[in-house]
Amino acid sequence: MIDRKQVLHVGRLARLELTDDEVDRMSGELSTILDHVERMNQLDLEGVEPTSHIVPLENVLRADEPRPSWPREQVLEPAPDPAEGAFRVPSPQA
Amino acid sequence: MDDVLELTVAEALRRIEDGELTAGEYFDAYAEAAGGDELGAYLWTANPGPTATPPPPESETRRRRAGDSLRGAPLAVKDIFCTEGIETTAGSRILEGYRPPYTATAVRKLADAGARLLGKTNMDEFAMGSSTENSGYGPVLNPWDRERVPGGSSGGSAAAVAGRVAPWAIGTDTGGSIRQPASLCGIVGLKPTYGAVSHYGMIAFASSLDQCGPLTRDVTDAALLLRAAEGRDACDSTSVGIDGGVELPSREDLDGLRFGVPRELSAEAEGIEAGVSEIFERTLGKIRELGGEVDECELPHAAHGLSAYYVLAPAEASANLARYDGVRYGLRADADADLIAMYERTRAAGFGAEVKRRIMLGTYALSSGYYEAYYGRAQRVRTKIADDFRAAFERFDYLVTPTSPTVAFKIGERTADPLAMYMSDFCTVPMSLAGIPAISIPAGLAEPDGGGAGLPVGFQIAAPAFDESGLLDAAHALERAIDFDTRPPGVRP
Repeated sequence: MIDRKQVLHVGRLARLELTDDEVDRMSGELSTILDHVERMNQLDLEGVEPTSHIVPLENVLRADEPRPSWPREQVLEPAPDPAEGAFRVPSPQA
Repeated sequence: MDDVLELTVAEALRRIEDGELTAGEYFDAYAEAAGGDELGAYLWTANPGPTATPPPPESETRRRRAGDSLRGAPLAVKDIFCTEGIETTAGSRILEGYRPPYTATAVRKLADAGARLLGKTNMDEFAMGSSTENSGYGPVLNPWDRERVPGGSSGGSAAAVAGRVAPWAIGTDTGGSIRQPASLCGIVGLKPTYGAVSHYGMIAFASSLDQCGPLTRDVTDAALLLRAAEGRDACDSTSVGIDGGVELPSREDLDGLRFGVPRELSAEAEGIEAGVSEIFERTLGKIRELGGEVDECELPHAAHGLSAYYVLAPAEASANLARYDGVRYGLRADADADLIAMYERTRAAGFGAEVKRRIMLGTYALSSGYYEAYYGRAQRVRTKIADDFRAAFERFDYLVTPTSPTVAFKIGERTADPLAMYMSDFCTVPMSLAGIPAISIPAGLAEPDGGGAGLPVGFQIAAPAFDESGLLDAAHALERAIDFDTRPPGVRP
């Protein structure tokens, strides 16, 4: 069971502001989903290697040749608040 | 011109080659149909008429090299693929108005082969969902019954192809997001082997599972599309392509092929509707008639696939979606707050309920003290599932299951119960975890539990990694024997 306090803690970790209503709903829904997920506990997984990626990957190398990067304006164009050639953000202590 | 909307792409290309149809007529017929779409399948559509901007010279050379094989065929693209200068939202309000400065490799390769962008299709927000009800821009209606969902998350692509407002489309499949909507809309959907098609420019949901693939009216078109889209890409180190490319299917029998029926994903699976079971059994009979052998088999850990998936996919999503923070693109809420509050409020305002739920689930599963119990365990279950498939493919050439436990369900029926929605992917998730290719082909019509008009039922065939050509060949033979009419009643003449 995930209580309100845990939901608020996880919400902070995820940088997600939650309304009171969402905190209540999330507590119930996450608990139901995790109950189902915990069926995995029936399995004996002792000594089984974890899989993080299914394709055996090789390192890919390319020729180390200089090439132009994207123009700064093009990268800044979709930003909500570009300023002086950079992404502007609010102060941490606004 | 209505007739044109009934052609498969392969057939339309033949007519264009023979001079019976022009590429312009073909594109315009679809551009007009797409512009009048009543299913909510599109978020953006191209105008009829010649291309507004001529392709740049570089792309012209590449196009000629590729043989111009797709001859201007209109292509619907799931809105998860970046398209330069054209709004790309992944179905999320947090990306409303975002015009990417570049085009996804899969879309570029198809354009280089001659396909022309017809529209961007609606989808569950960031591909999280099985009904397309999680789109930030409204639901998509199933062309077979407009009170029902088209499946998801590639629901816009599936509805557009089935509803005759696109000849074919690309989508993405993370746990069933191509196969399940194809099943619910009565069309063909293929999830290729992980790594067959580049991820570059495909907005990430769960990077170790996400895979681009075709949604088409028949198996030949799926092969035609995959052939142009697959390949190693210098921009994606996880892309490997398909060794030897993709052959167009021609097989008409299944002589000597062995088909395994995993008990855990068929007879023993929870919640398979009676009508779906009946069509599944009937299709096994058709395999035998075509000379194939059918035998029961085991995938002992497959029933735990959904549990592992709903840890792994949200965990990867919680990391991937950290980039939506109101700084580089998309929405910014409450610009007057301090930095952390701006992040928190931007994400609160921009994400929908299902995306928030999965970010929370994934963050929890990765958080200190729970990592091993959830994420570590799920990764080990993934190993066991991949081992199960490897063992089964020593005895069998292909494995077959129903694609979706049910036919299309009613809009709103499962939105209050996330777990019931997740069960839609019970039969498709194990193949995603194992990274192997799987196709859904329409196998017949069945009444939903509780009665009503017949709705499409998909039949899933899974193959060993990179055996796309063999898989398409087998599906082609079976498709001929089934002879399913992909036209929904509403668009039938």
